[in-house]
Amino acid sequence: MEYIALTCGFLLILIGIYGALTQSNILRMIVAFTLANTGVNLVIVGIGYINGRTAPILDTAVPVAEAATRIIDPLPQALVLTAIVIGVGITALMLAYAYKLFTLKGSLDITAIKELKW
Amino acid sequence: MIKRFSVFLIMLGLGAIFLQLLLQYLPDESLNLSGRYYAENTASEVGAANIITAIIVTYRGLDTLGEVTVLFLTAAIVGLVLSRDQSQPRVKPADRPQPGELLSIGTQLLVPLILLFGAYIFINGHLTPGGGFQGGAILASATLLMLLTHPVKRFSHRLITRLESISGLVFVGVGMLGIILAGGFLDNRLLPLGEFGELFSAGTIPVIYAFIGLKVGAEFSSMLLKLAETEDN
Repeated sequence: MEYIALTCGFLLILIGIYGALTQSNILRMIVAFTLANTGVNLVIVGIGYINGRTAPILDTAVPVAEAATRIIDPLPQALVLTAIVIGVGITALMLAYAYKLFTLKGSLDITAIKELKW
Repeated sequence: MIKRFSVFLIMLGLGAIFLQLLLQYLPDESLNLSGRYYAENTASEVGAANIITAIIVTYRGLDTLGEVTVLFLTAAIVGLVLSRDQSQPRVKPADRPQPGELLSIGTQLLVPLILLFGAYIFINGHLTPGGGFQGGAILASATLLMLLTHPVKRFSHRLITRLESISGLVFVGVGMLGIILAGGFLDNRLLPLGEFGELFSAGTIPVIYAFIGLKVGAEFSSMLLKLAETEDN
């Protein structure tokens, strides 16, 4: 189970980085970065998983006394929640800059922007 | 050609690293030290049934304050970058097609339900999966639905800004009160911990998460509004 999550996560990171390196359309690059971001989150959650255990929420099914032997690691999940929110913020910023670039240059092609090229 | 080759090399290297990580990965058999601490002490120290919420709001509350700050900065920068040039003429409302009956009636039916669901998610954040950020995103989806139905009608920016600032101030204020009245910054024992698993329990966690939810909803809504307003140009 954790191997499936890890493999999918690593594959998503690779696909995302490949897309960001090869695509020249800025919108496609943003989609690629989002894919890589999702992959990283999947890997972190997958590492926190322990086989045969349940979510870290205490109720009648998981009493407090048995919690340490019944739940998976809660820390990666808390970190990934933070990472998802920050990821949304980064995506919104990238889209805003892409829009601004489009109004300035009239094109979303990254090869048409040569100011910082050397 | 060189570029393609270097991309190929980078992908090959990264793939080798990831394959190595995957092959050497040994899944844990039991919780590590920090996880065990959270599992054993959350119920008595924080009183929240959802351990992730206890970590986010109390144990690592400062991180969450920073996270909310980053979101606020993002919303502010998106507003700055997309600020509309006032000299350009706007599209006349009459030129736009009217929303279909299905969409307008559906919005009237669904928006109150979506808002209620968002509030439910963030008020129950310490008991069930969910919390302020998820609830806030659901609140913002109601804004998105209203934007789809009435693209021309403008929401009050002042209302959203006030909601956001008041929620942020309450969040920081509750944290500061924790220094004075309880054990430290963002300590949730300001209010009594209450009975474990009840709605009014876990001290100030429901209060903080409700205001985080309102703040996140307001920030996402303002981002959506800014992005929607740029289409008018």
